[in-house]
Amino acid sequence: MTRAQGLRPAFLLVLLGAVLLVLCLLSIALGARGIPLDQVLRALAGHPDSRLVDNVVWTVRVPRTALGVTAGAALGLAGALMQALTRNPLADPGVLGVSAGAAFAIVFSVAVLGLGSLLGYIWFAFAGAFAAGVVVFLLGRMGRSGLTPVKLALAGIAMTSLLTSLTSAIVLTAPEALNRYRFWSAGSLADQGGETVLRVLPFVAAGALLAMACAPALNSLALGDDVAASLGRRLGLIRLQGVAAVTLLTGATVSVIGPVVFLGLVIPHAARALAERAGIGPDHRWLLPLSAMLAPCLLLAADITGRMVARPVEIQAGVLIAFLGGPFFIAMVRRRKLAEV
Amino acid sequence: MVRTSGGTRPGDTAAVPMRRHFRLTVPPVSGVLRPRLVAVCAALLAATFLVFCWGVSMGDVPIGLTAVMKALVGQGDPGTLLVVRELRLPRALVGLLAGVAFAVSGALFQTMTRNPLASPDMIGLTEGAGTAVVAGIVLGWDAGVGVQALGLTGALATALLVYLLAWRRGTTGYRIILVGIGLSWICTSATDFLVARGGRFQAQAALGWLVGNLNGRSFEDAVPLAVAVAVLVPATLVLGRLLRTLQLGDDVAAALGTRVQAVRLGLMLTGVGLVAFATAAAGPIAFVALAAPQIAQRLAGAAHPPPVASALTGALVVLGGDLAARMLIPGTELPVGVVTGVLGAPVLLWLLIRVNRAGSGG
Repeated sequence: MTRAQGLRPAFLLVLLGAVLLVLCLLSIALGARGIPLDQVLRALAGHPDSRLVDNVVWTVRVPRTALGVTAGAALGLAGALMQALTRNPLADPGVLGVSAGAAFAIVFSVAVLGLGSLLGYIWFAFAGAFAAGVVVFLLGRMGRSGLTPVKLALAGIAMTSLLTSLTSAIVLTAPEALNRYRFWSAGSLADQGGETVLRVLPFVAAGALLAMACAPALNSLALGDDVAASLGRRLGLIRLQGVAAVTLLTGATVSVIGPVVFLGLVIPHAARALAERAGIGPDHRWLLPLSAMLAPCLLLAADITGRMVARPVEIQAGVLIAFLGGPFFIAMVRRRKLAEV
Repeated sequence: MVRTSGGTRPGDTAAVPMRRHFRLTVPPVSGVLRPRLVAVCAALLAATFLVFCWGVSMGDVPIGLTAVMKALVGQGDPGTLLVVRELRLPRALVGLLAGVAFAVSGALFQTMTRNPLASPDMIGLTEGAGTAVVAGIVLGWDAGVGVQALGLTGALATALLVYLLAWRRGTTGYRIILVGIGLSWICTSATDFLVARGGRFQAQAALGWLVGNLNGRSFEDAVPLAVAVAVLVPATLVLGRLLRTLQLGDDVAAALGTRVQAVRLGLMLTGVGLVAFATAAAGPIAFVALAAPQIAQRLAGAAHPPPVASALTGALVVLGGDLAARMLIPGTELPVGVVTGVLGAPVLLWLLIRVNRAGSGG
């Protein structure tokens, strides 16, 4: 494909950036009350047509959109990182129980310890994400055949159902938490103020930097542990760094929008397909940023769709993504290579 | 997937060699004659009866255990009789029957797929039935067709989809499970969509039912389930005999005169039917179909989930779970599904480790 090879990586990123920008503008313009695009642009530039428009744009739609971009990028990165670290095409913070771990720790700290602020319980989210991830990894590795994609996925699913049951047990005994949990657990971008985004942004940024620092090492890890070690990579250190990045990215995201599944599963596959067409190949120095750009596009698109299709109510973005991700997961499972590992 | 030809299979307890499993199961009445199985069944029956009566005795007006037993056979003062018969009996009956239905169906699927993880609540049948029922509640279809019909349609459609999507020159146990998990995610998000779409009261009704709940059940819920259990469980037991020849492999079974495809289809349908009726009556009670047959199998020391002991274990688990859910925190009524979920998930993890250790984890 000569034409496809002409797409250079940088051009690809610029193109994705443009798509993301358009989606951001749409996300600000569309909603229960639509705002014409020219009014949106004027409000963003600081010359709003009316106080009402200014208010809706800056206090509702911009924070929501910024949250979508932040959370999407974090989940896309986390998914790409987990798939590379475990060399497992089924890996994703949602499937492997990391999100459920963070969610359980948050609900526990809110209901039992009475923590009320995001910056209070975000540390619990990190602890929960880390612990669940490590336990699932160890469970998946048990047995004679070692770590296989199917075993790891099943261990993650088992862990997820355990943590979800415990979470609902806590939530159901604290009725006042139920209503908030119902929407939070479905993965919604609605009703979050601008300061929420600013609070999680440092954690996501730190996670993203750690992830990017891993990228060259992930390329050698893809060749197998032995090859990576003989290339001078310190496997333990890479894994630790990767796990730290996944923990930061997932914990921060879950504490704001709840355990969104599948975004991290679908996006890296799309990124790899794009990278292949662009002639880059499986180079994680490109795959990670591509995932970080693609995931917010999908999350924003799902959020916008959820606002439009069921008016007057909203469908949470997480629900739509799970609906799309299910068939994708099944398609992955059906692939011969995977099913016979 | 590790392809084993004969020898051990993932579904067998640890690694029971095929030879020993022959000796245990081939004589047609062997299951009934094994003293340990009979003892286990008797003990389970007694425990189930006790928990059943205990459940009936609990409530705003506590009734003594002996008074409950008397009321069950129609003795006692009219007030007690009314409370027991009209208010508390339906709840306990739905619990008992749902437990039986889930567990028998689980035993069936686990034996058929030779994989303890391939129970109906793992492969999305319960969620499929749930989505259809919630669609009925939210969109108002339930008035015309009935919740049972909707549940049955949902479960059947999901079963068909799992089978078709997992099919690829034969199905392997793990592909069925993972495809089923993917489908159950789709069903769950569809259910979430319906709940968000529906009105406040419908959403509340749907949510209350979705956790797996025995609160406020009436004879309207109990009777269809009772009919289904009365028809489908004996059918399962009869067909289950034939299932044993299927374990020898399709060719041997056919040579022995079993109509392989017909038996397998019949078993699938009875299993799906049991799940559908139980889900329609009690909601998707988590993990009973997965855990009860496994517990029964270990209690009886059998190589496969024994159907009768599984049924009794299922009833005991649901009734006991409901009892625990009501007693755990005074003043609040946890849905039974939460209790079985919290207790069942470790069973799932443990099964996973066991299957992995057997070396055939896939």
